[in-house]
Amino acid sequence: MWTYEKKLQYPVKVSECNPKLAKYLIEQYGGADGELAAALRYLNQRYTIPDKVVGLLTDIGTEEFAHLEMIAAMVYKLTKDATPDQIKEAGLEGHYTNHGVSLFYHNTAGKPFEVQHIQSKGDPIADLYEDIAAEEKARATYQWIIDLSDDPDLNDSLAFLREREIVHSQRFREAVELLKDERDRQKIF
Amino acid sequence: MNKELSSDFRENLKKLQAIDFAMMELTLYLDTHPDDSKAIEQYNEYSEKRKDLKQKVEEEYGPLMLKEKNNKENQWEWSQGPWPWQV
Repeated sequence: MWTYEKKLQYPVKVSECNPKLAKYLIEQYGGADGELAAALRYLNQRYTIPDKVVGLLTDIGTEEFAHLEMIAAMVYKLTKDATPDQIKEAGLEGHYTNHGVSLFYHNTAGKPFEVQHIQSKGDPIADLYEDIAAEEKARATYQWIIDLSDDPDLNDSLAFLREREIVHSQRFREAVELLKDERDRQKIF
Repeated sequence: MNKELSSDFRENLKKLQAIDFAMMELTLYLDTHPDDSKAIEQYNEYSEKRKDLKQKVEEEYGPLMLKEKNNKENQWEWSQGPWPWQV
């Protein structure tokens, strides 16, 4: 089961209302390499991965939900006081028409979240390489958003999330090595 | 209307977030290095250190997780805001 902890993993502050930044950030909410995709990917793969890495997939998958909450907090803070004019200026009128200022799982182009964004191959090496690639893609996306953003408070939280992708990628690389070691030990000559 | 939170609370919350971050890092590290006794020792140290801060944060904010004791006799503290994205 899961339990909720009533605090963010890392503080989220924004300098001012800025729906345009929210539009970029939603990529990490409902986009192909976003936090929802990450959480669902790892927590689904863990049932058939070798026991040695079940703990890692469980803990990283759970941390991804904490990141999803941070992205949601950012989008909420950037849009809660937005006027219809600011919404239009940010190119969010399509979102506003359907959802108001509520959040929705889609990417920055408005394409809804698709489960095809994630894979489950039932082959530990294939799955872990997919996970490493996903972390690297998410890291790159955070970098592009930081490049576009001129909000120093927001960029501090985004830099934290970018670093987490690097650590997760590193841990998944170690998991691959653990499984390779185990496989090599099982060979009988 | 959500209750106002003091600057002490914000400071303590930040410290607790820092400890919990260190513990999360050690958790993932230990998942792939389960026999590193030094990392286990660090993890246990942080586990002790967080108790005092957690108590300070919860005194003002209410419980951070369910299954803790509800301290007020006639008010359910868990569902009181502000929620994390409102802090």
